[in-house]
Amino acid sequence: MVALPDDWEMVVGLEVHTELATATKLFCGCANAFGGEPNTNVCPVCLGLPGSLPVLNERAVELAIRIGLALHCEIAPSVFSRKNYFYPDQPKDYQISQYDKPLNGIGHLDLPDGTRVIVERAHMEEDTGKTTHLGGTGRIHGADESIVDYNRAGVPLVEIVSGPDIRSAEQARLYAAELRAILIATGASDGRMEEGSMRVDANVSVRRGPDAAFGTRCEIKNLNSLRSVQRAIDHEAMRQVTLLEAGERIVQETRHWDEDAGRTQTLRSKEEAYDYRYFPEPDLVPLAPSDEQIDAIRASLPAMPAERRRTLVGLLGGSATESQADQIASVVDQGIDGFVTAAAATGVGAALALARVANELAGALSDGGVLDVATMVTLLEMEEAGEVSATQAKAVLADLVASGGGDPRAVAAAKGFEQMDTGALDAILDQVIADNPDEWQRYLGGDDKLAGFFTGKVMAATKGQADGKAVNAGLRQRRG
Amino acid sequence: MTARGIAQDVRSGDRRATEVVEAALEEIATHDSAVHAFTAVHTEAARAAARAIDAAVADGRDPGPLAGVPIGVKDNICQRGRVTSCASRILEGWQPPYDATVVGSLVAAGAVIVGTTNMDEFAMGSSTENSAYGPTRNPVDHSRVPGGSSGGSAAAVGAGMVPLSLGSDTGGSIRQPAAFCGVVGVKPTYGLVSRYGLVAFASSLDQIGPFARTVEDAALLLEVISGHDPLDSTSLDAPAPSLVDRLDEGVAGLRVGLCRDLIEGASPEITAAVAAAAEVLAAEGAEIVEMTIPELHYGLSAYYLIAPAEASSNLARYDGVRYGLRVDAPNVAEMNAASRTAGFGDEVKRRIMLGTYALSAGYYDAYYAQAQRTRTLIIDAFAAAYRSVDLILGATTPTTAFALGDKVADPMEMYLSDVFTIPTNLAGHPALSVPAGADAAGLPIGVQLLGPALSEERLLRAAAVIEKKRG
Repeated sequence: MVALPDDWEMVVGLEVHTELATATKLFCGCANAFGGEPNTNVCPVCLGLPGSLPVLNERAVELAIRIGLALHCEIAPSVFSRKNYFYPDQPKDYQISQYDKPLNGIGHLDLPDGTRVIVERAHMEEDTGKTTHLGGTGRIHGADESIVDYNRAGVPLVEIVSGPDIRSAEQARLYAAELRAILIATGASDGRMEEGSMRVDANVSVRRGPDAAFGTRCEIKNLNSLRSVQRAIDHEAMRQVTLLEAGERIVQETRHWDEDAGRTQTLRSKEEAYDYRYFPEPDLVPLAPSDEQIDAIRASLPAMPAERRRTLVGLLGGSATESQADQIASVVDQGIDGFVTAAAATGVGAALALARVANELAGALSDGGVLDVATMVTLLEMEEAGEVSATQAKAVLADLVASGGGDPRAVAAAKGFEQMDTGALDAILDQVIADNPDEWQRYLGGDDKLAGFFTGKVMAATKGQADGKAVNAGLRQRRG
Repeated sequence: MTARGIAQDVRSGDRRATEVVEAALEEIATHDSAVHAFTAVHTEAARAAARAIDAAVADGRDPGPLAGVPIGVKDNICQRGRVTSCASRILEGWQPPYDATVVGSLVAAGAVIVGTTNMDEFAMGSSTENSAYGPTRNPVDHSRVPGGSSGGSAAAVGAGMVPLSLGSDTGGSIRQPAAFCGVVGVKPTYGLVSRYGLVAFASSLDQIGPFARTVEDAALLLEVISGHDPLDSTSLDAPAPSLVDRLDEGVAGLRVGLCRDLIEGASPEITAAVAAAAEVLAAEGAEIVEMTIPELHYGLSAYYLIAPAEASSNLARYDGVRYGLRVDAPNVAEMNAASRTAGFGDEVKRRIMLGTYALSAGYYDAYYAQAQRTRTLIIDAFAAAYRSVDLILGATTPTTAFALGDKVADPMEMYLSDVFTIPTNLAGHPALSVPAGADAAGLPIGVQLLGPALSEERLLRAAAVIEKKRG
């Protein structure tokens, strides 16, 4: 994190585009799918062929309302508008969006640090195709050739516009992360920034202290990860401060974040900015969701991340260590906190369940695995009861995830994981101590780190079958 | 022969569709070199379709209410695999990969599409002189225009080449050429006929409708193409109306408003024809009420902001990137500009610029928004009028067909030929033009009947009365 010099303060607002997780595109029946051979997932409507007409996808409306409700927005009767500008990846040379009457009006998002960021609007619109510029400069100006893939054209988007309420790059990252978790929780989006499911633009300006008027802002595009959100904003704010301190002024413009070079550069100036000539889309009728529909959607919304984090802290007894807080944030972010609450409900210690879910299960699932809650809970119960050691539990988990489920006890038995009897463990421990007299002396002398050394040796000798807790107990007992 | 007569004969096996279609192709061969109503004649496809209909009849299947009826389709209504170019260079050679909904309806009803008809480029014009294919001529007098923009469709029916055709009406583009060519033309209620596959000019005003030589045939074709279409969000959720069965129920008891604002400015002969039509309706039991709707005078101004505004956006997609004409240039923006410069005609460019201006930052409120408020005013004025009358009677056009080249140099003069038809489109209401005699030069005169939304049945009934006495 970069601190701005003197009394400079940055003012940031974010515009986040999220693709909606619908089966089909916003105005036609083409699949809403990532990838595919270029220009195969298209039809007359999403290609904007002459004579074609849009028909609104009701599921997209429902998901957009879910986002609006999760962000405490006012859901209002709305109108689609045309945003007119020429660009090759835009089949109609206008984008169907919402302008003066968005579906979701004023709302807010509370950051984990307690800051409330106003959400000015969350409106629906269609995505464009993808242009690739080949040869020459590799940009639209000066490329030898441009090729366009319209598979993405017409994919439903919601654009969530925050107020200028963010005051640091770290806060911007937190906002984006929290918003991402909310989007995932609502089921409206998979939140995958690397695939472009969630795209962030940042409006950045600086000013001298919290009471000064807003400065001239620049819009930063191409922020493809939470990390680049933070880096780009820090860089941009510093660039602006440097210019202003040198007596220069900020030119309002759109800038492109170059992740490799770690800097922003001019994309287009305000003078080149488009006049979008918005007007109501005559091919669609106004969108006015009924109160009944909105209430039904509200009733179907699951708990949002903030509430789920509070639940986990409660299970830990009302407070969490710093590393537990990270684990909580991580499991909620990944939507796997349900494993922890389910385990805690059957009497498994919340700390154990949280640690295993955050550290072991998350990794296994992120590689594409699946596991049902009941199976994971059974495994945690086994570990809690000492039926398997921590190491054994991890091995069983890996097996379960790899095969998509199964009976943890059967898997443990098949691997020969039986609880090692105390006599056998004692014998092995004594042998390990005898083989490593120097280390034992240092351990006796108070070097606690060597406990890990002996545990490792015992684990190696027992091929991981020993219970780590029992080894530790044995070591402490022998030291007296 | 009427479409209804043909369909009856073909369905009953008294006449073969192949004969009917051959006869139409012969008529086209005879007349169209002079009239130039068609941009393409689909000879072999029409023969094949006719054979299929005859085979169906032979098999005891009913090919539908338009069995074997030859029909022309305007060049802005998509026909799969056939050039659909809106008579514009920019869409030269473009073949849609899909059929417009109305084309599917025609085929399902047994109609045989024999050709694609000429038009003003992108339906912008009132004379069919703005066509990349060259002008269509009025079948009654070849030195005169057929009207526009659906001039090809009107002339094809007027010349007797086909009994039916489809046009589109954004500000009068069916009714004005119908009047000029002496045929019946109906602009249906907005949303009654699907726009899916109609290449957009001004989306909130465009509507497909029929041309026919008789009111009954127009009603028959309108029945076939009407009805809800899930592919058009502005399609009304109403069943196709039953129109033909009630055509001879007359006008007794109807209150008809003789609207001064839709007559003033018309030639004396047209004014007299409207008065005569009113007398016919009165003689059949209608009550004629003289009325005025002063708000209609703002229609032309509002229309020439709203329609170009929508057109400027609708026509943006013709950019040389995906289909149609491309003029190569060093970069994308210059390629866009070069393609559009070469591909669009003057009238289209004029309206794109007008519409772009009307929507621009700083001008939107003064032009586009003001025009929309005016549109609301006109809708309200019509609503008030229809609380006291069932139908409105007026002229379709201020003049009969003018000479080719007469108004090409003066766009404003050309625009004024739609002054009586435009208000209907702004309100989304139905209206029709029915032949009502001729002027001293023998040029056809049309009178216009207007009604509230979904009053087609009533309009056609009144038109049938005028047709019987005056046509």
